[in-house]
Amino acid sequence: MITFQNIEKSFDEQLVLKNINLQIKEGELMVLLGASGSGKTTMLRMINGLENPNSGSIRIAHKYLKEHDLLDLRKEIGYVIQKVGLFPHYSVFDNVATILKLKNEKEDLVKEKVHKWLDKIGMPAAVYGQKFPTELSGGEAQRIGLARALVAQPSMILLDEPFSALDPISRVKIRNEFRKIQQQEKLTAVMVTHDVLEAVSIADRICLLANGEIQQVGTAQEILFKPENELVKKFVEGDQFQASLASVSLKEIKNFISEKSTPKFDTEGSVLELLQNEDTQYHAGVLDAFYKWKENKA
Amino acid sequence: MMSFFDFLIKNKGEVFQQLIEHIQLTLVSLCIAVLMGITIGILISVYQKSTKAVLSLVNTIQTIPSLALLGFLLPFFGIGVVPAIIALFLYALLPIVRNTFTGIEEVDPSVKESAIAMGMKRSQVLFKIELPLAMPYIMAGIRTASVINVGVATLSAFIAAGGLGEFILQGIQLNNSNMILAGAIPASLLALFFDAVLGRVQKSSLKVIRWFSIILFGGMLAYLTIIGFQKLNFSKDKSKLLGGFPSEFVYREDGLKGLFKAYDFELDYVEMEIGLMYRALANKEVDVISGFSTDGRIKAYNLQTLEDNRNYFPPYQAAPVARVAILKKYPEISRSLEKLKNRINNAEMTEMNYKVDEEKMQPQDVAMEFLQSKAMFNKSKNKEGQAGTIKIGSKAFTENYILAHLFKLVIEENTQLNVEMKLGFGGTKLLMDAMKNDEIDIYPEYTGTALLLLLETNNKERKSLISNPKKVYDFVKIESRKQFQFEWLPPLGFNNTFAILMRSNQAEELGLETIENLSDR
Repeated sequence: MITFQNIEKSFDEQLVLKNINLQIKEGELMVLLGASGSGKTTMLRMINGLENPNSGSIRIAHKYLKEHDLLDLRKEIGYVIQKVGLFPHYSVFDNVATILKLKNEKEDLVKEKVHKWLDKIGMPAAVYGQKFPTELSGGEAQRIGLARALVAQPSMILLDEPFSALDPISRVKIRNEFRKIQQQEKLTAVMVTHDVLEAVSIADRICLLANGEIQQVGTAQEILFKPENELVKKFVEGDQFQASLASVSLKEIKNFISEKSTPKFDTEGSVLELLQNEDTQYHAGVLDAFYKWKENKA
Repeated sequence: MMSFFDFLIKNKGEVFQQLIEHIQLTLVSLCIAVLMGITIGILISVYQKSTKAVLSLVNTIQTIPSLALLGFLLPFFGIGVVPAIIALFLYALLPIVRNTFTGIEEVDPSVKESAIAMGMKRSQVLFKIELPLAMPYIMAGIRTASVINVGVATLSAFIAAGGLGEFILQGIQLNNSNMILAGAIPASLLALFFDAVLGRVQKSSLKVIRWFSIILFGGMLAYLTIIGFQKLNFSKDKSKLLGGFPSEFVYREDGLKGLFKAYDFELDYVEMEIGLMYRALANKEVDVISGFSTDGRIKAYNLQTLEDNRNYFPPYQAAPVARVAILKKYPEISRSLEKLKNRINNAEMTEMNYKVDEEKMQPQDVAMEFLQSKAMFNKSKNKEGQAGTIKIGSKAFTENYILAHLFKLVIEENTQLNVEMKLGFGGTKLLMDAMKNDEIDIYPEYTGTALLLLLETNNKERKSLISNPKKVYDFVKIESRKQFQFEWLPPLGFNNTFAILMRSNQAEELGLETIENLSDR
């Protein structure tokens, strides 16, 4: 559990965060959503001590951040950034193994864990282990970035726009894979993004930031359908329709689908994903069900 | 080209030894510079507040001319290998410091951040991430430094530290191009070799670089321990006098060799650059040097001239030399310069040189002051002769500048003539050509120079002349008029010949007054 309490932060006299109070629950995926300059990245970097608040406190697992040994704490927090930041002079294997070696784990155990995670992200060590970061595509590099952040079995993971630099197809693919792993491992995850669609597709809860203040904390549907103020409304407006589709899972609308118009289909994923699928035979029926579900909810 | 190879083969022992010395100087200084340079580079990248100051400091060191740097180090480290290595080390520092700093700065911030967020300590980030990634930059810096060092190490010969510079310097002094090449070609090959080896290392993996540096530094350490730093340094036997002479003086027939023969003695000596020689004497690095009788530094450093009682050195009496044609056109020139006849003695000339060299006065002011002190300048109204313009020339050293100004002042004081100055000719030969081409009309010259340079005389004839300054003067006067239509006007009085110099207090302590006394020891 991560708790922000009355956090304030300014850079060069300019206030970038004020009055921040937020609790992130164990095993939840919290998205910090906001435009650039909203202070979301600063908030994220406070969790692993890359930034310090001017006032207020942060607690992790019921202990104040100041009471943790920062170096040990960082080893328990995975960190993934947009530019990945793989070590260019290390092979893929060594990149993933670095943190295990920092923790003085035994060599055969290191090997076993690295191999397990490289398999898990679909880049087996036999093929990719001895490659160097410059030989990888953007998507491959970010997968290795994820493996590196997860290999030491951290209790939480921080992600700063991790998928923004990827092409749309691998973005969705890697995002879904990450979400699956996060749920399997019951990881507490905090992810920063400016992309409403991404936020509503993946988040358990969203914390919407604007002008250095938290505007609303809630599920994707709460943010989309019950915006608490004009700022929130404005922020999601542009992507409203797509975001709504993305925030609703096929499971949720299952009961509204008439078996006649839409024969059996896989209920994995969101309404949006299905509609983006080129297999158009289900589209009309599913969209129908979505509107019925929404009406019912209202 | 053939004669070059002949020279090389004949002197292969010496070439090889100088090459080894050269490699020693370069490698030892380079290794120290690598250790210090990388350390400083790391420190200024960690403590960013100091970056600017430190970088501009090492930048400044780089811009100090090498001779000036050697001169600056002399009072602290004397002469020999140690100051040479220190100077080379200082020159090698900048490229290594700058490249280390740049290399670390250039590391992708996202890579650094990943390392920190992973829980690495500052030192782990430095040694595991920043330094390995900065390695190509650092190696490039070391390559630059090695090439600079091979080049600058040739100047070590100035302070008796050996190396290929010995051949180059001697070659230049003696105008022997084979000798210059015997130093210059191995030096360039050495630079290319260092560059190639380090280039290969630079391109190889971190592991190879690590092994290479371990072997290099290990070898260096073992080498230094075995040789012993003390032995590397030039060790001086305190009970014996030590000479310091410029290469030119050492190798010319009428220089050191002749001196030893004439006085029948030997003296241990090192070869040095003229500019550093006086300072080395004053700093007790050497005890005996060969200078010039009226040099201002004799006064500045309180030196004593040992009398040449066997008249080994030819007289170098100064006098104005003029074209016969110009004297015919303006006979008043001879009459006015006649006033300077025997008016300047050695002490007075030394004093004037001292005022320009050490007190930084302008030559024209010193000349004016001298004339006023002799009551030879009183703005006289009766200027004789007709109006016109003549040109006075001089060679490029202090005493000649002062003399040229003296001539100008005296001529303008006593005649209607207007004097143009054309000062700073590179050598006697150039000046004579200018005289022949009517570019200049008058310049100050020394009888000894004229005797050796202008007139082909056999040794016997020279010997009979040399002991008598008057005879030499008459001889060059007649010969100059006959060969070039140059007229020697009356001598100024002082004799700026070669002088064997010692520190006054040491000479007094040892009771040395003449060169003969020196050979008696």
